[in-house]
Amino acid sequence: MKLKLKIWRQLNANTPGKLVDYQLEGVEEDMSFLEMLDYLNEKLILSDERPVEFDHDCREGICGTCGLFINGRAHGPLAGTSTCQLHMRSFSDGDTIYIEPFRGGAFKVTRDLKIDRSAFDRIIMAGGFISTPVGDAPEANAIPITHDEAESAFDSAACIGCGACVATCKNGSAALFTSAKITHLAKLPQGKAEAQQRALGMIAQMDAEGFGHCSNTKACQVECPQEISVTNIDRMNWEFNKAKVLK
Amino acid sequence: MNLSPSESTINESAQGVPGAKIPKGPLQEKWSHYKATCRLVSFNNKKKLDIIVVGTGLAGSAAAASLAEAGYNIKSFCFQDSPRRAHSVAAQGGVNSAKNYQNDGDNVYRMFYDTLKGGDFRAREANVYRLAECSASLIDQAVAQGVPFAREYGGYLSNRSFGGVQVRRTFYARGQTGQQLLLGAYSALMRQVSAGKVELFTRHEMLELVMVDGKARGIIARNLDTGEIERHSAHAVILASGGFGKIFYLSTLAMGCNGSAIWRAHKKGALMASPSWTQIHPTSLPQQGEHQSKLTLMSESLRNDGRIWVPKQQGDHRHPNDIPEEERDYYLERRYPAFGNLAPRDISSRAAKERIDAGHGVGQMKNAVYLDFKAAIAEYGLDKIKERYGNLFRMYEKITGVDAYKEPMKISPAAHFSMGGLWVDYELSTSIPGLYALGECNFSDHGANRLGANSLLQACVDGYFIIPYTIGDYLADDIKTGTIDTDLPEFAEAEKAASDLLEKLTSIKGSKPADYFHKKLGRLIWDYCGVTRNEKGLKTAIESIRKLREEFWTDLKVPGTAGEINSELEKAGRVADYLEFGELMCYDALTRNESCGAHFREEYQTEDGEALRDDENFCFISCWDYQGEDKEPILHKEQLVFEETKLIARNYKK
Repeated sequence: MKLKLKIWRQLNANTPGKLVDYQLEGVEEDMSFLEMLDYLNEKLILSDERPVEFDHDCREGICGTCGLFINGRAHGPLAGTSTCQLHMRSFSDGDTIYIEPFRGGAFKVTRDLKIDRSAFDRIIMAGGFISTPVGDAPEANAIPITHDEAESAFDSAACIGCGACVATCKNGSAALFTSAKITHLAKLPQGKAEAQQRALGMIAQMDAEGFGHCSNTKACQVECPQEISVTNIDRMNWEFNKAKVLK
Repeated sequence: MNLSPSESTINESAQGVPGAKIPKGPLQEKWSHYKATCRLVSFNNKKKLDIIVVGTGLAGSAAAASLAEAGYNIKSFCFQDSPRRAHSVAAQGGVNSAKNYQNDGDNVYRMFYDTLKGGDFRAREANVYRLAECSASLIDQAVAQGVPFAREYGGYLSNRSFGGVQVRRTFYARGQTGQQLLLGAYSALMRQVSAGKVELFTRHEMLELVMVDGKARGIIARNLDTGEIERHSAHAVILASGGFGKIFYLSTLAMGCNGSAIWRAHKKGALMASPSWTQIHPTSLPQQGEHQSKLTLMSESLRNDGRIWVPKQQGDHRHPNDIPEEERDYYLERRYPAFGNLAPRDISSRAAKERIDAGHGVGQMKNAVYLDFKAAIAEYGLDKIKERYGNLFRMYEKITGVDAYKEPMKISPAAHFSMGGLWVDYELSTSIPGLYALGECNFSDHGANRLGANSLLQACVDGYFIIPYTIGDYLADDIKTGTIDTDLPEFAEAEKAASDLLEKLTSIKGSKPADYFHKKLGRLIWDYCGVTRNEKGLKTAIESIRKLREEFWTDLKVPGTAGEINSELEKAGRVADYLEFGELMCYDALTRNESCGAHFREEYQTEDGEALRDDENFCFISCWDYQGEDKEPILHKEQLVFEETKLIARNYKK
């Protein structure tokens, strides 16, 4: 396959970036999208050009490190798929592909396609945990949790923290990310004690980081590689309102 | 050139391996005795003590969170942009625990025995027993943190079976158990960051270990976002940097996984134990092309319901669905009737390689075998199979474009887990005082072969339940030491060594990128120090690695500088270490003239191709002592003593 790539190049957070054109020949269908970028970088290095920096690690869709805006869509054209699991068989010979970083309120481009998502860690710090001490937990089967409850909590807990929801939201909102953690823990008996405090803390931090508000366009759910549902956002709002009323 | 390194058979602290510090008393009482008698640091004194933790996977996050909660000041480092991305996140299948919820005859002793036997009796009884003993607490801990393990309809925890055992003791969260356990540990860690007890350094890579007066007192790290070199001091340093299986280039590990932290500690004097023991996982997706960068694992849990087979006829080109039942060779069921498709990983990988080498491999590159769910779908129904493995089937389809509900998966062996690693004693201390190694980066519990679902367990147990006790025993001497000064000459020296290395890497200005060398090295290790090994091959590999290393240092091309974001420089540093590490792996395999677990020396096998262990001459852990660049390492031996169990040949046939 022969491709025309338009890739965002930016030296650091403080300098403006731009799209740069590259012609790439010899791309194979079985290559993953990131292997295609490896292949491009190999060619760039050999011709004394600066390779393209991009985030990636596990390359099996679970670590949440990779994330590219491909032809205007977070993680590219396939539903429920992260960038690393996208393969070149989803493209055709002669295609032009736009490749940009995830942008959004509190995300900063650090170089080329690499971004700073540390705001997500700070949101978790603000309450995304159960305050249980290590080494003194009650017997696991002492808290029965029905099969469906556990599965439903898992659906929320499956978030990989990639930031596709923020990147795709016109408001740059982190509501899906934040609500998935609030909901995961609120659905489990162990997490209920702190549910309200957690919702207040995490939402305040989300706002403080500069993420936008959710206006229910549901684009995040469409682009989420783990297919996290927007009903998590409803649950987040419920927990938040409950906390405000009970306060 | 003399390729067999000098040996010493000494096991005393004065002359090689320090004592393993195994507590006296019956096996069942060793750990409780240790906990009851080890020295403690009082809560008020803990705040005077600093601990560095390198790595934020299960072992690192668990250790950092537990020690911070106990009152110590923690500095936590990871190269990823968030602690939650460490590679524990990718573990799929599950975590073992001797809860005996299924009432199928499980208990701590049986789990201990399964693990010891699975490791081919090349681990310490006391360590393995402790692992099984702490396993129940881990499930309690994880549930309390909100880990959504699979449940039965009545609300109680569900279990499944894994390779090498006959009970159901594996707890799981769909095919994302590692992710869920790590998110639990990560949340505990972030809670401590929030409480001001952990200082977090993401996007930082450890470059050097700093030693003062023979003790580990700090590290030199590079900020990967700015290129700045930083000095960090502490009273003790914990390495939890994971496995080094990425040395094979094509492996199930993440791209950033590396052996640099432990290798650099090894060069400062920490002994490296049995580095050649690498688990080759039997159920990975096969390589498809030249540019492939990683091999994706399909969880071993699939072997609960999937049947493995190859066509009886060599080079059979028919579609798998067109091959009738009687022309299929279910070789695991045939060779190992008692365990069948759930034979341990080393045995399953070798059996697959044997069939592939004999010309029965399937797929484009004839490098795979079939994993078939037809019978399970007929027995349990499509919905049940979807619920059990839905995400794995989806992953399979994304990568290969094939619907495995309709035709068998194609799978192949791939490098996966490092049983070897830094030598540690019972307290998880390396041979350098104040330097600890936790999780996959140490060698301790799995012997020569790790059982499925024991790696998450070991990482968690090391971090949550062991290090909080053992490190106190060491730090009790340090309560009056005061903060370690980073202006000490030892820090300046280590910083200079780190900067010099980066400068050296960027100034070669040759013609080949780091990946070129990594791929070549990976191929050598796979061919000669992989599923099977032999003397001639290992000697060839050692020579070839030396040549490749020379080429690396004269022809490497790293674009850019050390003072900026530079992924190519990060890779080059890791490959430089792998080029030395790989040679040691080959030495290790070459000097072990027996077959045990994942180490299968072709010269040492029975008539029907099973591993031939030599307990008389090789019942020891190989502990390697670094002697300097281009010098042969010295081999010390830690003799393994079995008081509780009788050494028997592993038999999964009946």
